[in-house]
Amino acid sequence: MNTEWFVVLSALLFATGAMGILIRRSPMVILLCLELMLNAGNLALVAFSRMVGNGQGQVFAVIVMVVAACEVVVGLGLIVAIFRRRLPLNVDDLRELRG
Amino acid sequence: MEEVLFFVSALGALGGALGVIAMRNPFYSVLALIVHLFSLASLFLLLTSAFVAAAQVVVYAGAVMVLYVFVVAYVGGGGESAWEPIPGQRLLAPLLGIALFVELSIAVLSSSLLALGEDGPDVPAGFGDPAAIGRLLLEKFLLPFEAASILLLIAAVGAIVLASNRRTGADA
Repeated sequence: MNTEWFVVLSALLFATGAMGILIRRSPMVILLCLELMLNAGNLALVAFSRMVGNGQGQVFAVIVMVVAACEVVVGLGLIVAIFRRRLPLNVDDLRELRG
Repeated sequence: MEEVLFFVSALGALGGALGVIAMRNPFYSVLALIVHLFSLASLFLLLTSAFVAAAQVVVYAGAVMVLYVFVVAYVGGGGESAWEPIPGQRLLAPLLGIALFVELSIAVLSSSLLALGEDGPDVPAGFGDPAAIGRLLLEKFLLPFEAASILLLIAAVGAIVLASNRRTGADA
């Protein structure tokens, strides 16, 4: 398979994730859409790694996975904290920090 | 054979991604993301990166998604209201998404990377297996590896602090 196909698929998945962040208002689903975007980036990294024939891009992908796991843990901790304080789980209602 | 596998996995990945943003119940969104992750793992296998595919299945589809399911079960998946703070948000967002896709595709395909249209070089048998990745991680990328482990520790402590039940005096 050409590398082109993988990279275009990665762009498509990234755009889908970005669209989800624009549409949805539940912070949980927004976190899921962030995962989509990070995974699209991973796909591009691994595809380019295969194109060059060098394994270093795969190490990048593994590190991106670590960062994504950290982001999920902190994000879900925030969601649990919001839920415990009985605030609405809706990013449009949580606008107190907006300037 | 390879083409068939690619298109089946690509359809799975795209369908999973669309399922994540289309499902009203967050629980079904998590399940759609699991489909997406498994399809992505098979794409990684097509790109001869066995370790990344295995890590994807074990870490993402295994551990991270279990965390999501727990939190969805704890918080409870309520449907979203139909109220739109920006008029026409549901119409504008797909347009912007398509624009982003076109822009990214133009940026990549019109670049001067000549190898984009080829299959890539023949790689040795051990390409992308755990031994090769481990050697890279512990020799060339030792510092990023240690930084990633510290980042994981900080995130774990931060999550415990954020989600703990203890109230501080200020907001009691």
